Amino acid sequence: MSAIKIDILNKIFPGVGEATGHLAIENLNLTINSQEFVCLVGPSGCGKTTLLNIIAGLDTDFTGEISVGRVTKQSKIGVVFQNPRLLAWRTVRQNIELVQERFQNAELIDELLDVMQLTAFQNVYPERLSLGMSRRVALIRAFAVNPDLLLMDEPFVSLDAPTARQVRDLLLLLWKKRPHTVLFVTHDLREAIALADRLVFLSAAPMGFVADIKVSIPRTERNNEQAIEDFRQQLINEYPAIKQLI
Amino acid sequence: MNIVKSFLPVLSLLALLLAWQSLAVFLNSSTFPRPVLVAEVFWRACISGELPYHLGMTLLRLIVSFSIAMLLGCAMGIALGRHKKLDAFFDNWLVIFLNVPALVTIILCYVWFGLVESAAILAVVVNKLPNVIVTIREGTRALDQDLMDMARSYRLSKRKILLEIIWPQLHPFVMGATRSGLALIWKIILVVELLGRSNGMGYQLHLFFQMFDVASILAYTLAFVGVIQLIELLILKPLDQHALRWRR
Repeated sequence: MSAIKIDILNKIFPGVGEATGHLAIENLNLTINSQEFVCLVGPSGCGKTTLLNIIAGLDTDFTGEISVGRVTKQSKIGVVFQNPRLLAWRTVRQNIELVQERFQNAELIDELLDVMQLTAFQNVYPERLSLGMSRRVALIRAFAVNPDLLLMDEPFVSLDAPTARQVRDLLLLLWKKRPHTVLFVTHDLREAIALADRLVFLSAAPMGFVADIKVSIPRTERNNEQAIEDFRQQLINEYPAIKQLI
Repeated sequence: MNIVKSFLPVLSLLALLLAWQSLAVFLNSSTFPRPVLVAEVFWRACISGELPYHLGMTLLRLIVSFSIAMLLGCAMGIALGRHKKLDAFFDNWLVIFLNVPALVTIILCYVWFGLVESAAILAVVVNKLPNVIVTIREGTRALDQDLMDMARSYRLSKRKILLEIIWPQLHPFVMGATRSGLALIWKIILVVELLGRSNGMGYQLHLFFQMFDVASILAYTLAFVGVIQLIELLILKPLDQHALRWRR
């Protein structure tokens, strides 16, 4: 359905003025299976956002090839950016409705608003929301398209711990209910272990592949903090290369 | 305190009127009429239907030329703001057209197309168009790239991107172009009418000038200022308030 084959030879940001050119990604080969939940883990500034932009089709200026399996006009991509990117001149609800272009699904929006505890704020303009609330709206917007491919760029940063946990559970719930491919960027290893089928570790710029590890904890055990911590320790012991990345 | 504040505009207008009256009394000249005389002339011109007719003609030209200039200007401004190559090519044209004196365009339009209505409208449009383009181009360059990326990644249609993402961001620029446009256009229209039309404010002012009829000139001027203020109060302000209702 929506497997992604990433094959980037290099991605260079040309120098502007005094700044020299920057080699952001070099020799990155990665395959993400359909309906798989993959977390990309790497140090800040290593080019994870650049990679997501390339996959989302926003950046076409690179050498290599990206194939998102059977891309059609119908295939739906949901994106959660690092900043919420809401339209200030549309209410919360209108912001979400905006992306439901070919299919209006009011029930889904109601349900999502309810789970994210934003029902009371649906007719408010985004400037009146806190950053955490805006982030939740951006998450709802991504879920509201019923995506085949969900790209998330550190979506839970600056959410308070209980909300983050809640939203994480919701993400997993939605994902189980309607399986789709998820590519989740984070630098929080615990979060990555709690969520992913597979962890892909990436090096600092120029970004390249370091390790690809299946998370062996069963889905039912993912709420167990101890299991996650154990897995994390085991990872660090087995793969010394990872230690510098996190 | 609030009462004083709300009476301040009225007070300032009264002060202006008083200054006018005292100066007129002091000068006691036929070329500087008192406010009462101007009001009288204004009333007579209204009753005879002369003033409404000429004012109406000028307003009609204003509406037509303004609409054409704004529509074309917005389209071209957005195009130039979005496409670097197009902008690089047409930038020189813009600079040239921006700097051609209004009088020259008017004369050329009349010489080339004759003393007809379309030539008059064209002259006004050509004068106003470059201003609109430059303003809207600035606005388009300042568009939020993050939001454009969001729209593109969700594969929003071109129509939706224009209406929901681009247009709301351009709103302040469009309002700016509208306000400066109205002020510019109505001044140019008077010259256009003075040179080659047989009705409208410009034509009438020309007649009054030949007769040194200052009272009539002032009466027409006041009528026009009033109309422009009404447009601001009844159309532009509400538009602004509606479009910016989301602001904190």
